[in-house]
Amino acid sequence: MLTFTLRRLLLALPTLLFISLIIFLLVDLAPGSPMSEIPLTVPPEVRQKMIEALGADQPVFVRYILWLRQFFWVEPANLIDGWFGSNLAGDEQRILSWQSRSPVFTVIGQRIPQTLTVIGTAYLLGIAIAIPIGIYSAYRQYSFFDQLGTLVAMIGFSVPTFFSGTLFIIIFAVWLHWFPTKYDTTLLVTDWPSFVLQLKQMAMPVMVLALANAAAISRYMRSSMLENMGQDYVRTARAKGMTERVVVLKHVLRNSLIPVVTVIALGIPSIFGGAIITENLFGVNGIGAALIGAIHANDLPMVQTLAFIFAVLIVVFNLIADVLYGLLDPRIRYE
Amino acid sequence: MNLKSALLGAVCAFAMAPAAFAERGTDGEVKLTFPQAVSIMNPYLSSGTKDIFAASMVVEPLAGYDDTGALIAKLVSDIPSVENGGISEDLTSITWKLLPGLLWGDGSPVTAEDVVFTGQYCMDPAGGCAQLSKFEGIKSIEAVDAATVKITFNAPKPNPFTAFVGSTSPVLQKAQFAACMGAAAPTCTDPNSMPLGTGPFKVTGFTVNDTVSMEANANYRDATKPAFASAVIKGGGDAEGSARAVMSTGEFDYAWNTQIAPDSQAAMAAEGKGVFVVAFGTLVERLEMNMTDPSADLPEGERATVKHPHPFLTDINVRKALSMAIDRQTLTEVGYGAGGAPTCNIVPAPALYASDNTGCLTQDIEGAKALLEAAGWVDTNGDGIREKDGKNLSILYQSTVNPIRQDFQALIKDWWAEIGVETELKAIDPSVFFGGDAGSPDTFQKFYADVEMYANNFDGTDPEAYLTQYKCDKAPSPENQWQGENMNRFCDPAYDAMVAELSGTRDEAKRAELAKKLNDMVTKDSGIVVPLVHRGTLSAHSNALGGVKINAWDSELWNVADWFRVK
Amino acid sequence: MNEQSTAIPKAQSQFGAVWQQFRVHRGAVFGLIVLGLLAGFVIFGPLFWPEVKLKVVEALKVKNQGPSLRFPFGTDQLGRDMMVRMMAAGKVSLAVGFVAMIIAIFVGTGIGILAGYFKRLDGPLMRLTDLFLSLPLIPLLLVLVMLFRDTIASGLGPELGAFLLIVFAIGITSWMQAARIVRGEVLALKEREYVLAAKSIGVPARRVILRHILPNIISPVMVAATLGVAEAIITESVLSFLGLGFPPDFPTWGRLLFDGLQYIQLYPERVIWPGLAISLTVLSVNYIGDGLRDALDPRIRGR
Repeated sequence: MLTFTLRRLLLALPTLLFISLIIFLLVDLAPGSPMSEIPLTVPPEVRQKMIEALGADQPVFVRYILWLRQFFWVEPANLIDGWFGSNLAGDEQRILSWQSRSPVFTVIGQRIPQTLTVIGTAYLLGIAIAIPIGIYSAYRQYSFFDQLGTLVAMIGFSVPTFFSGTLFIIIFAVWLHWFPTKYDTTLLVTDWPSFVLQLKQMAMPVMVLALANAAAISRYMRSSMLENMGQDYVRTARAKGMTERVVVLKHVLRNSLIPVVTVIALGIPSIFGGAIITENLFGVNGIGAALIGAIHANDLPMVQTLAFIFAVLIVVFNLIADVLYGLLDPRIRYE
Repeated sequence: MNLKSALLGAVCAFAMAPAAFAERGTDGEVKLTFPQAVSIMNPYLSSGTKDIFAASMVVEPLAGYDDTGALIAKLVSDIPSVENGGISEDLTSITWKLLPGLLWGDGSPVTAEDVVFTGQYCMDPAGGCAQLSKFEGIKSIEAVDAATVKITFNAPKPNPFTAFVGSTSPVLQKAQFAACMGAAAPTCTDPNSMPLGTGPFKVTGFTVNDTVSMEANANYRDATKPAFASAVIKGGGDAEGSARAVMSTGEFDYAWNTQIAPDSQAAMAAEGKGVFVVAFGTLVERLEMNMTDPSADLPEGERATVKHPHPFLTDINVRKALSMAIDRQTLTEVGYGAGGAPTCNIVPAPALYASDNTGCLTQDIEGAKALLEAAGWVDTNGDGIREKDGKNLSILYQSTVNPIRQDFQALIKDWWAEIGVETELKAIDPSVFFGGDAGSPDTFQKFYADVEMYANNFDGTDPEAYLTQYKCDKAPSPENQWQGENMNRFCDPAYDAMVAELSGTRDEAKRAELAKKLNDMVTKDSGIVVPLVHRGTLSAHSNALGGVKINAWDSELWNVADWFRVK
Repeated sequence: MNEQSTAIPKAQSQFGAVWQQFRVHRGAVFGLIVLGLLAGFVIFGPLFWPEVKLKVVEALKVKNQGPSLRFPFGTDQLGRDMMVRMMAAGKVSLAVGFVAMIIAIFVGTGIGILAGYFKRLDGPLMRLTDLFLSLPLIPLLLVLVMLFRDTIASGLGPELGAFLLIVFAIGITSWMQAARIVRGEVLALKEREYVLAAKSIGVPARRVILRHILPNIISPVMVAATLGVAEAIITESVLSFLGLGFPPDFPTWGRLLFDGLQYIQLYPERVIWPGLAISLTVLSVNYIGDGLRDALDPRIRGR
């Protein structure tokens, strides 16, 4: 197990480098230019000067090497400077966004709290709802609860998030006036009223996302439970006289959780990049919204950096999921 | 004074009362929402109109334009002219006198040095200044004394109101931006996002592409303004969401660029919480006809260049017929409602330059058909498409992804089908279409299509630079990396000659006449450009917000200092 | 011998057994019926309800109408019959959903089996999976469209060309989920006694996979396939939302949904029809998958 983990970690580095190159080239190749949002009143010669000033006209490999250096050396140095007050980075050029000329990592730092708060909560809520529903649906297969639970889960991922999000806005914000339509990112939670306000503005995006997440996870939970409910050891346990509660919650659940835990672990990177539409719709300034905005404005440094960060998260959580799978299921052998 | 005038006076005073008695900072917070979020507060490095508008609340130019298009003084005592000696007789220099006692947001005085510095900042070749064209033709900017700036041009300039006029060219503080010259410009994150200005508000917080938080500027020159103590601009979402936030839920006071369907406009206005305001500038939605052949059979580098003229759009009868088949009134009603007006001019405003050109406003399907028949374009094989000499009237019509533009495309396709022209529609992502990426086949400069539709306008009130775009040498081609503004590849020596004449003409009436003639040459006379709709800027504000005067000639937030809460 | 009670019941064919179990699952039958109706609506509907092409002037006179006898689903802002548009859009959406899913499942299952069964291939294939998971979909789609649209369109016409590109793009970006699931199952199955037994008597890998592994992973593959259709249809609607994909006069349900969003307060039915269609399709596919999963699992069958 340990050698497996170490080997995977060692493999991860060249993998990530290769992935970074592919992402960099892909985003570069995609048509579009950062000048597309500049008003048409700006003449071509001025646009050309602007492109040069951004450094966008340099050949792609030069920019790649520069970006690698900035990502792996300059940015961590800046991070350490920020934590410890040292001056490692000095005046080195940082990765700058072409839209705002601010350092990309400053923008990320501004946005991570929102993403974690809203999207992260939705994910946890989704898991919390999905697991009990999945367990009970499998236990009472074809019962009314199962049918209802399945129906709700089906609805949860049949409906696109921009549809359900817009419906929620119309129903809860416009007709009922319960929740605000735009997320106020400057809200500081200092006392009970502001906490209630924060809950109110989080309610709709969390509902939309939790429904979608819960749907998928509950299906996995249910199918995994069903597979295990038919196993011999369950029959043995029942024959031994154990209560249903112990049989289901102690024996079957533990074995069924294995694939579900790996699915949950794999879904964590999607917390960051996946909720693009929802973040856009509700005005939550999270990482996903940053990515889509950067793609539209052809802000290549931002897109490349964010895409690479997601890639790192995906590789890391894939590794975690695999290790977990191996730890939890003794039938899996890694050499 | 009799009773009637006394009462009238009393009514007037009463109406003016909220404005007159408001002190600075008594009306709380004003909340604005933009469908695109603000990225940077420095108009010289900005990436779009949203940034310029947001910045106009903080930094100001020497002079600007009011809602009628007239010049107004902002940081100067009055507008220079030949009569008052501000502009030299030979039109080679202009002198601005700053108002006395002007202070920056941090309390330091505004001097001519700041103006000189701003000029150097933008004209620095390595700076990538987006507003460089405003400083074109300037020989020098010098501080005659602490409160007087003299700008000297290379050649006589009939319209010297370019640099430091309008919200695209504000004055920056030398002390704050001193370390940001040239290549260092983008790295000055703090000055770029929280600039010090002379405007009514001062930036207190800035999250990129999200929210700008501001408070009233304690050093603003008018002690009773602004009425609001703080302001916030929240960006993101779409036009619907922004409009809804003002007109339905009342969470925000002002929404910029609420271009939504006319029916939705009517429904939201009926709710009674706010109003839509529209101002007409120079934005015209138009069809451009390609004078060159975009066929994919031609080799790269020759496709859509002047080497191969277009098979049928070079026939003026075809162009005229295509324009006659379009019902601009319907297009306007379907797409823009009150936010648009049908037009036949590419220079629709100011009134001085607008040609008296209304011939295209009525649709004439039969006339179009007759014109095509007479020119020899007949349908010989019964497939519904006219042809001549083996060439089918088959058009590839491209535009950007945008619901209103897609509706226009569908309608125009049907009208052209009625006159026997076959159309294929194409919608391109705006960031590709307007991106100017020489490697992409879908840019509007490459024009690998027969007809393309988009909207264009010009800055300020003088159309000279705009009309210059249609000169022969401005055609995009492989030689200039497809960076040109004459998308149609229109080439007429008479046009070029008249443009040269315009640039040398000083008399305003004569200039207007030349501009009108140039406008007619590309629209009425040749049908190369087919204007469709004169689009206004449509925004929404709540009934609780007073003092809004929407302005199409400068920043929409030009008079935010005068806004107040309606009680 | 007693003729009645000891008669051996006629053996059922495998298909018959599967069908028996499938029928028990009420939701699955419901799903089959609904999907059948939807497919019928989009395929045969135009035969009974042909498109009547109106001139622009007349079309605009009937714009923005609610449901009526002449226009059962109402009309849109240009006077087009919503029912005709729904039928045309449905054909495209269903086709995209299924074809993209087939590509994804094919690729995913193949890679999953190879990675799970052959240790040496596991590492590189899983890193390949990581690479594809990390690719941002939108730039990828833009690049694919830019590179291949003209070549394909000149051969097959703009619509079929766009269809193939989109289906291909969705397919190659959604196989990773199936691959992971399959790989996990194969890793577990590989250690079962019957597989070890087959390997010990020298059955070649190909036959072990085809005869022993493949039939036992049908259950998780079904689940992945049904999720795949859902994801493909929704991804297509998201792409329409972002403006990428089919030419503007080529409706899909996702496109209709997006077009209707700006009118949601005024004419909510324009959002509800396509939204309902997408949801019902995905719902029924999922129920069918559920029923199939139960029916194909011999341990559940006949319980």
